[in-house]
Amino acid sequence: MMNEQKVEDQGASRNDDSSTAMIPAVELINITKSFPGVLANDNISLSVWSGEVHCLLGENGAGKSTLMQVLSGMYQPDSGMIRVNGREVRINSPGEALELGMGMVYQHPTLVPVFSVIENLLLGSQKGITLDRQGALNRFEEYASLLGVEIDPESLVGSLALGQQQQVEIIKALWKGSSVLILDEPTSMLTPQGIEELKEVVAQLKKSGLAIIFISHKLQETLDMGDRISVLRRGKLAGSIEPAVFSSTANSEIQSMIIEMMFGEETDIAESVIKVERQTTGRSRESDLPEQPVLELKNVTVKGKLDEVGVKGASFSLRAGEVLGVAGVDGNGQRELAEAIAGQRRITAGDILLNGVVVSDVSIANRQHMGLRYITDDRLGEGICASLSVSKNMLLKRIGQRPFWNWGRTNEATIRKTAEGLVKEYDVRPPDVDIRCGGLSGGNIQKVLLARELLFDPKIAVYSKPTHGLDFKTTVIVREKIKSLAREKGVAGLLISTDLDEIFDLSDRIAVMYQGQIAGIVENQEGIEKKVGELMVGGT
Amino acid sequence: MTETAESNMGLSDNSTKNIFNPTDGAFLKVWNSMLESIAPLLLALIAGGLLLLVLGRNPVTFYGNIIKSGLLNKHGLQDTIIRMAPLLLMAAGLIVAFQASIWNIGGDGQFLLAAALTAGFGPMFMPVLPMWACFVTLFLIGMVAGALSTIVPAILKAKYEINEIISSLMMSFIGINFANLLIKGPFRSTKTLVPQTDVVPFTKLLPSIPLTRIHIGIFIALIFILVVYYVMKNTSLGLKLALLGQNPRAALHAGLNNQRLIIGAFMVSGAFMGLAGTVEILGVWGYMRADWNPNFGLPLFALVFLARLNALATIPLVGFYAVLSIGGHSAARVADLPDDFILIIVGLVLLFMALTEYIQEYRAGKSGKLLNFFRSLKGIKTNE
Repeated sequence: MMNEQKVEDQGASRNDDSSTAMIPAVELINITKSFPGVLANDNISLSVWSGEVHCLLGENGAGKSTLMQVLSGMYQPDSGMIRVNGREVRINSPGEALELGMGMVYQHPTLVPVFSVIENLLLGSQKGITLDRQGALNRFEEYASLLGVEIDPESLVGSLALGQQQQVEIIKALWKGSSVLILDEPTSMLTPQGIEELKEVVAQLKKSGLAIIFISHKLQETLDMGDRISVLRRGKLAGSIEPAVFSSTANSEIQSMIIEMMFGEETDIAESVIKVERQTTGRSRESDLPEQPVLELKNVTVKGKLDEVGVKGASFSLRAGEVLGVAGVDGNGQRELAEAIAGQRRITAGDILLNGVVVSDVSIANRQHMGLRYITDDRLGEGICASLSVSKNMLLKRIGQRPFWNWGRTNEATIRKTAEGLVKEYDVRPPDVDIRCGGLSGGNIQKVLLARELLFDPKIAVYSKPTHGLDFKTTVIVREKIKSLAREKGVAGLLISTDLDEIFDLSDRIAVMYQGQIAGIVENQEGIEKKVGELMVGGT
Repeated sequence: MTETAESNMGLSDNSTKNIFNPTDGAFLKVWNSMLESIAPLLLALIAGGLLLLVLGRNPVTFYGNIIKSGLLNKHGLQDTIIRMAPLLLMAAGLIVAFQASIWNIGGDGQFLLAAALTAGFGPMFMPVLPMWACFVTLFLIGMVAGALSTIVPAILKAKYEINEIISSLMMSFIGINFANLLIKGPFRSTKTLVPQTDVVPFTKLLPSIPLTRIHIGIFIALIFILVVYYVMKNTSLGLKLALLGQNPRAALHAGLNNQRLIIGAFMVSGAFMGLAGTVEILGVWGYMRADWNPNFGLPLFALVFLARLNALATIPLVGFYAVLSIGGHSAARVADLPDDFILIIVGLVLLFMALTEYIQEYRAGKSGKLLNFFRSLKGIKTNE
C-alpha cells in the first residue's frame, strides 16, 4: 500500500509545475572528466527540466556515456558541479544516484533472464527479509499503466521481446521513485515496432512530469522525440537547441544545424547516410555477373544449441560482385548461418561450396586462405582480443604467416607498418597502433575488424550486422566500403542485418530468414518492403 | 590503464622507447610495475614479522638468520642456487600454462613421477651407457613422463571443456602415489631397509661448477627461462597462447586450433615439471626415497603471478623464495618454529598481492590484469 502511495505522491509533485518549473531537475555545471590520454568531458554544462525530453546527441566517443556515468555516480568528475533540484550534490555511487531519483536504463540488458518480471523488480528494491510480492504487483500495474504497456509480470524476462524487456528496464529504473530517467541509446537493440512503442512510452512519461535524458547518435529519433537537443563533439558541448527554437524552426533546418554541430567541417559525409539510396544498379549488372557462384549453400542444416534456432535446410548461391542481403528479426538463425559459413560451427546436413569446392569439413583458417572473410557482429566477444594491441589485432588472423612472422619469429617492423597503414586508411582513432584494442570505441573496433578482414584479396565477405551500434560517419564508411568492394573488386557480400534500410540500400537480392529457414529470396526493387516485412514474420 | 602489466606480460612491444626517459612516463611505469611486485613481498614480510612478535620471537633476528644462512653463508648460498634450478624449471612450466589460461595444478605429481623414473632408471643406465647419453635419455624420460601425466586433463579440457583445476589436481595425486608405488615396487633397492631406489654414485651426478657444489642444472634452467621468455615475447606461438588465454573465442574466430594449442601447452608445461624432477634427482640426490615430496609446486604460483608471467622477472623472485626456504629452514630451527612457518609468509605474499591488485584496480577505476585473469578462469565476463 505504501508503494502505491509513493507513486501517487510522485505524480502529484510532478504535475505541480509552479514550484519546480523554475529550477531544473538536474544541472551539470562545467563538468570535466579526463582519463589517461583522453579528455572525455571538457567543461560541459547541461540542464534537464521536468516534463521535458533532453536529447544528448553525438558520435561514438563524443563523451555522452562518460557524462552520464558521472551523473549516475560511476565516475567522479575532475571538476565541476552537479545540482539536483537546485541543491548541490556529490554522487559517489550508482546507489546514491538512485537515491537522488536518477534512474538509468543501460544500452545492454541488465535483467536476469531466468527470473520473472516481478522477481527482477523485487531484486533491487527489497529492504528487509520478506518479499512484498502483492505490493510489488500493484506497483507494477501502476507503472505499466503509466507507461501504457501490457506485460505479464509473471512471465520470464527471457521470454519477452527485447522491446518489452526494455520496458521492464524502464520500470525498474523508475521503481524507487525516480524523477529523472536516463536512457542510454535505447533504440539500438529494438525492432522498428519496438522503437515506435518506446516513443509512446517516452511521451507518456514526459506527460507525467519526468525529466528524461535520451542519449542517441541517431539524428532522426532525436528530432522525433526531443524537446531540447544538446550535441557533444569530441568531449565538448558543440551546441544546444532550446525548446523555443525547436518548435519555431522547420525540421530540415534543425537537422542541418545539428549536423553542423556534430560534424563541423565534415558535414557532407553525414548527409549521405540520412537518406537511404536504393542500390538500383544491381539488376542492370545482372548480365555482367559471372555464371559460377563463389559461395553456394545446399540444404545446409545447423543444429542450434539450447535455445538457439539453428539453420534448417538453407540453400542459396552468391556470385562475385553481388551483395545478398539476409533480412530477418534478430535470433532467427542468422548468426548460426554466418558461423556455419565461416567454419566456426559444424553443419549437420547439406554442403557449403566455395568456388565450387565443398568446404564443409575445411578448417576456419583454410577457408580464410580460400578468400572467405567473416566480419562478426560480436566484436568484443570474438572479434578482437581486448588486451592485445591494435597492431596485433590487425593481424590476428595471420598469426605465424609471412611476412609478419618469419619461421615463427615476430617481425615487429612489418606488423607495425602494415597496422599503421590500415589505421590510416580506415581512419581509426586514436591513430596509435600500440594501445589496447579494447580501449577503442565500438566504431573504431569495427574499423579494425573491417581493415583486418578485407586485407589481402578477399573473395567472399560475410558481414554480420556491420553497422550495428555505429555512428553516422562510421556507418557511411562501412556501407561505402561494402558497396565499392562488390562493385569494383568483385567481392561477393553476404550482408546479414536487422537494419532494413541497410539491406535495401546495399543488396542486389534479399533473402529473408524466419525460424532458421530461408523464407524467400526476392530481387531488391521498389515496393519490395512489404513483401520482405511479411516474410520476416512468417508470412508467404 | 594496465599498460605496465602488459609490457611485463610480453604482449606489447614499445621497447624502442627509452624507458628511463622520465618525460614519456615510461620510467614511472617501470617503477610502478616494480612496486607492484615488491610491495606485496614487503608487506608479507612485515605481517610475518608481526606474527613472529605475537609468537614471542624477534623478527629481526629471524629474518637476519634467514639472510645469514640462506645468502651470506657460503654453504647456504650454494644451496640456494642449487634449489633455484628445479624451481625455475617449474616456473617456466607454469608460465607456459598460465599464458594460455590453463591451470596446471598438478606440477608436484608430474615432478615426482619424473623424479621416480629418473631415480629408478638412472642406476640401471649408468653402468651400460656413456654418461652424456645417460643424461640425455634420463632428461627425455623425465620430460616425457611429465608431459604424459598431463594428457588426461589436457584432453578433457580441450575436447570436453572439463575444468582442468580439478582434473590436474586429481592427476597429481595419482602421480604422487604412482611414484611411490614405483619406488616401493619395481625400483626398490635390495641394498637398503628403507624403501628407496638404488643410488647413482656422486661421481656420476650432473657435473658441478668447479670449486662448488652447484650443479649445472641452474644453467639448464636459465636457458629454458630465456627460451620461454623469448617465445612468449617474440614469436607467433607466444601470441597464439596469449590469444587463447585472453579470449579463446577470438582465438577460434581467428582460425587457431584451440584444442591442439591447449593440449600442446599443457604437455609442454608438464614436460618442464618433469625436467625439474630429473634435474633435482640427477643434480642433488642420486636416488629417491619413498614418500619424498618437496612440494615445490604450489608456492611457485605466487611467484609466477608476482612476475606477471614474465619469465625473466621470475629469476629474482625465485631467488628470493629460495633464500627464504633454504635460510628459513635453519632460521625456523633456531627460533624453535615449525619448518612450515615459511609457507605462512608465502601465503601472506599471495594475500597482499591480491590486495595490491585490488587497490590498483580501485585507483585506476578498472580491472587489473590479475583480477581479469582470475575472472576469465571463472568464466566471468570482464568489463571491457
